Amino acid sequence: MPQLTGKKRPQFTNIHVAQIIGYRLPLAGIVSILHRISGALLFLIGLPFLLYLFDNSLSSEMSYETYRGVVSHWFAKLVLLVLVWGYLHHFCAGVRYLLLDLHIGLEKQQSHNSAVSVMVVALALTFLIGLKIFGVF
Amino acid sequence: MAMNKVITGAHYGLKDWLAQRVTAVIMALFTLVFLVIYLMSGKLDYGTWANIFAPTWMKVLTVMAFLSLGYHAWIGLRDIYMDYIKPASIRLFLEVATILALVGYGIWAVAILWRV
Repeated sequence: MPQLTGKKRPQFTNIHVAQIIGYRLPLAGIVSILHRISGALLFLIGLPFLLYLFDNSLSSEMSYETYRGVVSHWFAKLVLLVLVWGYLHHFCAGVRYLLLDLHIGLEKQQSHNSAVSVMVVALALTFLIGLKIFGVF
Repeated sequence: MAMNKVITGAHYGLKDWLAQRVTAVIMALFTLVFLVIYLMSGKLDYGTWANIFAPTWMKVLTVMAFLSLGYHAWIGLRDIYMDYIKPASIRLFLEVATILALVGYGIWAVAILWRV
């Protein structure tokens, strides 16, 4: 029989920033905090940057060329890649929450599986779009 | 028991919770509609890109998606501020800055669309 006595497991009642590293979040929790982080990213970087690109891409043929120039830079591509992941993660996790709101997939195992799906789908699509952005195909 | 209400708090109701979900569905549907139109429009250059946003119905749909985005982002950001920013003065400042930014982005989006 495994010896359980004597080993004190950590308890968290109100997590302090310094404890985050040692706190083992379940995958659904990671999906959740990434939902928040991706949302904040989309607002802080996504909205101004994408509106700037949208403006240039539509105003005139000349500004369209400016837009092409901006997005051909490697750093702009990197920012776009992060935003693509942010959008995809926020989208997939959002669909998961809508389903949970409708009481679909509330069971522990189902909810874990859907959390896995959100991570995998968002990352896989980001990888594919990343290949496209960086001109692999 | 009386609730301890703060000026920068939520409205303690269902409205925002529901609005966040309704606006999410509108944006998700717009994303799918846009993707279909984009993938059907063939080789991308300025002409084909501008043509996507030329019809009035597409401008209207896009503006609706943007309005949804503004409301959705507002609720989400306010939730973040309520969780992490405790001093009312800083929270109020961030909330006002966020509203101004979102309204500004909305006007910018309308200006871009109606130039096409």
